[in-house]
Amino acid sequence: MKQFEPDDNSASIISVTDKVRPLALGMPVIAVHFLGDRAAFVGAEENVALVDGAGEISTVAVHGGGILCVATDGARIVMGGDDGKLVALDKKGETALLATDPKRRWIDNVALHPDGAVAWSAGKTAFVRSGKAEEKSFEVPSTVGGLAFAPKGVRLAVAHYNGVTLWFPNMAANAEILEWAGSHLGVVFSPDNKFLVTAMHEPALHGWRLADHRHMRMTGYPGRVRSMSWSAGGKALATSGADSVIMWPFASKDGPMGKEPAMFAPLQARVSMVACHPKQDILAVGYSDGTILMVRMTDGAEILVRKNGGAAVSALAWNPKGTLLAFAAEDGDGGLLEL
Amino acid sequence: MPELTSQKIPVTVLTGYLGAGKTTLLNRILSENHGKKYAVIVNEFGEIGIDNDLIIGADEEVFEMNNGCVCCTVRGDLVRILEGLMKRKGKFDAIIVETTGLADPAPVAQTFFVDEDVQKNARLDAVVTVADARWLSDRLKDAPEAKNQIAFADVIVLNKTDLVSKPELAEVEARIRAINPYAKLHRTERCQVALSDVLERGAFDLDRILEIEPEFLETGDGHDHHDHDHGHGHDHHHDHGHSHDTHSHGGLKHYHDEDMQSLSLRTSKPLDATRFMPWLQGLVAAEGAKILRSKGILSFSDDDDRYVFQGVHMMLEGDHQRKWKDGESRESRLVFIGRELPEQLIRDGFESCITT
Repeated sequence: MKQFEPDDNSASIISVTDKVRPLALGMPVIAVHFLGDRAAFVGAEENVALVDGAGEISTVAVHGGGILCVATDGARIVMGGDDGKLVALDKKGETALLATDPKRRWIDNVALHPDGAVAWSAGKTAFVRSGKAEEKSFEVPSTVGGLAFAPKGVRLAVAHYNGVTLWFPNMAANAEILEWAGSHLGVVFSPDNKFLVTAMHEPALHGWRLADHRHMRMTGYPGRVRSMSWSAGGKALATSGADSVIMWPFASKDGPMGKEPAMFAPLQARVSMVACHPKQDILAVGYSDGTILMVRMTDGAEILVRKNGGAAVSALAWNPKGTLLAFAAEDGDGGLLEL
Repeated sequence: MPELTSQKIPVTVLTGYLGAGKTTLLNRILSENHGKKYAVIVNEFGEIGIDNDLIIGADEEVFEMNNGCVCCTVRGDLVRILEGLMKRKGKFDAIIVETTGLADPAPVAQTFFVDEDVQKNARLDAVVTVADARWLSDRLKDAPEAKNQIAFADVIVLNKTDLVSKPELAEVEARIRAINPYAKLHRTERCQVALSDVLERGAFDLDRILEIEPEFLETGDGHDHHDHDHGHGHDHHHDHGHSHDTHSHGGLKHYHDEDMQSLSLRTSKPLDATRFMPWLQGLVAAEGAKILRSKGILSFSDDDDRYVFQGVHMMLEGDHQRKWKDGESRESRLVFIGRELPEQLIRDGFESCITT
């Protein structure tokens, strides 16, 4: 009997690796976002590398230490650091100091609202500053694990130990508490504002339907989920943490309740980053072994963007039009792919 | 994967009851001319004078894991801080976590067993407990935290020995040994201890589990070497019941702590791995809340490798360590330190794993 041997993935699938513009970023990278025409690679410490379409790199100093959290609204990137500072970087490459923690505590989390509001946290305290309004703060029972603005209205989700607090900074109403035992370290709203999902310290997601607080347990991951991305139109949530992409269905009113997730692009490595295309049913997937694939959600077809080898993929993003894919690995080896 | 182990940042946990001298020891470590840089994680940020570039304030948030076991707790703040610190790799050589006087060291240690990312980047080096020679005996009576810290320790710095008489010192040492006979004990004044005695101990490194012997004899300062006649070198370490509180061996007082003990098991007959492993796992699953630390060097039948394991409460890790050497006595040795240990249950279970 002939033994089945899977082919080397680089030989058997369509590859666009020769179309990638390689970038030597020279620093460990924790995130990438597009600012106008440039990709902004956020370093683990101190600097952001702005890269234009020609691969020209210019470095901007943003923090006096480690960079702990990053968010973008398309117009700017806001970062919090272990220097106790909250710093914004705009399309021109100019920085602005938004806040300094008086006790120089670490700024652990940051979130941006499309209307210009910014939220951040230090220890157990979450802060919000919206437009011209004054800064407001809110304390939760344990250290803030994640922050997210609801897509509509001014409502901030604050993830912490044993649940999430929904805070309405501009209303006198009491905060709403969504309880679930365990430590919640990341939080996202679904784009239709109907669901809230947290990434937990244990390898699981937890979700709530906001209308009735029904629980959704999303378990079975071998590792912690660190990367989540909504597909175009918010029909599904792509997640890292397993050896394939796990996509939870959110198109129906019940979300993933009672449903199995879709699984794509299995490799003998852990998915470390996911980034859904902003318009089409395509997603980019980065792995712990350095591989990057583009995957079509309709049939699971794969295209190789980066071969395995080197450090884990730590940053992955599309530009808003979906014509450029930027990526970087923990060791500072990055690239740009134009489609 | 030894090559990876060496890149992991060592983490020393510094514990001890209020006023024992933790900060004194910490400042000694930081100020000595060793050419190393430390990141220091302290509670009560900014309240005490610590001179160091990298100081991070911690909240000591103890989180239960969602596995139904109340003893499976981790330090949530530590997970977050270590993750943040790893962004500054290369800026420091080691990490010291100073806990509050009332802290239980177990969640700190368990963080290193449970969290995948912490494990990838850092390794627990040792739990170092600073104890006040003058007040520890009292604290052991009225403060369960103090007892936990002694029971959990790999290294005990018995400080302020200049404030007690010789008999008082012997008394407090006997109290310590009743709880934890295995930790390295150093007598100090103003925490004057060689840094090599508290740092880079590798106490949680499976490769460095060389022997498991009570440390009655090592006191670090060269006197009181009663290296005989304590009745602790042979088969039954604790076979003398708990009815009497104190007795004497060769002049050294010997106590039994009423609720915290150590239990030592040994056999020169090989163990049956197919029986031993399920037994050990079952034991820590059922009695893990009582068992603070466990450690073992094992000889299995039909196996030429030494097998070593160590555990904290319910969490165990173990591995084949190396080949038994020619002429080396293939003796299995296990130690449990814990609260109200079910001694007979453990002994009987262990006996049933011996190959006949």
